[in-house]
Amino acid sequence: MVGRGAGGRLLVAGGALLEIFQVVGLAVVSVVVLLVIRRHRPEMAVLLALVVGLVIFFMVAQRLLAVLEFLRDLAARAGVDSLYLNIILKIVGIAYITEIGAQVCRDAQETSVAAKVELAGKLLILVLAVPIVMAIVEAVLRVL
Amino acid sequence: MDLVFKIAFIGIVVSILSIVLKQAEREEWAQMLTLAGVVAVLMIVAEMVLELFQAVRTMFQLY
Repeated sequence: MVGRGAGGRLLVAGGALLEIFQVVGLAVVSVVVLLVIRRHRPEMAVLLALVVGLVIFFMVAQRLLAVLEFLRDLAARAGVDSLYLNIILKIVGIAYITEIGAQVCRDAQETSVAAKVELAGKLLILVLAVPIVMAIVEAVLRVL
Repeated sequence: MDLVFKIAFIGIVVSILSIVLKQAEREEWAQMLTLAGVVAVLMIVAEMVLELFQAVRTMFQLY
C-alpha cells in the first residue's frame, strides 16, 4: 500500500483542524495592533504584517506537508513521471515566495518593486516550464 | 506567535518614546530610537524569513 502513510496522516489531521481558530484569532488581534501602529510607524507595520503572514504559514505548514505527500502518492499511482510532478511543485514554491515578496512591497506602497519581483518570479517559472514544453513539442513531432 | 506580540510591543514602545522625545525637543534622539527599533525588528524578521525559505525549499524541493 503506497498511499497508506499520507492518507492515514491526513485522516488523523482531519480530527483536529482547530488551527483555523488560532489563525483567525491571530489575524484579528494583529489587524487591530497594525491599525494602531501604522499611524505612527508605518515601517514597523510592514514588518509586523510580514511576520503575521509567516506565523500563519508555519501554523499550517505541517498540513501542507501531508497534502504534498498525498499528491506524490497519487502521482505515483497514476504513473505520472515524478520529474513533471517535481517541476510543478517547484513552480508552486516559486509562485508562493514571489507572492509573499510582492505583497510586502505592495504593503509598503512600493508597487514598482512589487511588479519587478513578480516579473522575476514569472521569468523563473517560465524557465522551469521549458522541459515540459519540450516534452509536448517532442510528442507532437513524434505523432506527425 | 510570541514574535508577533514582541514586534507589536517594540513598535508601540518605540512610537510612544519617540513622541515623548519629540515633545522634549530631542528630535535627533527620536530619529535614532526609530532607527534602532527598525533594525532590531528587521533582525528578527530576517531570521524568520530565512526559516520560511528553508521550509519552502524542503517542501517543494527547490535547490
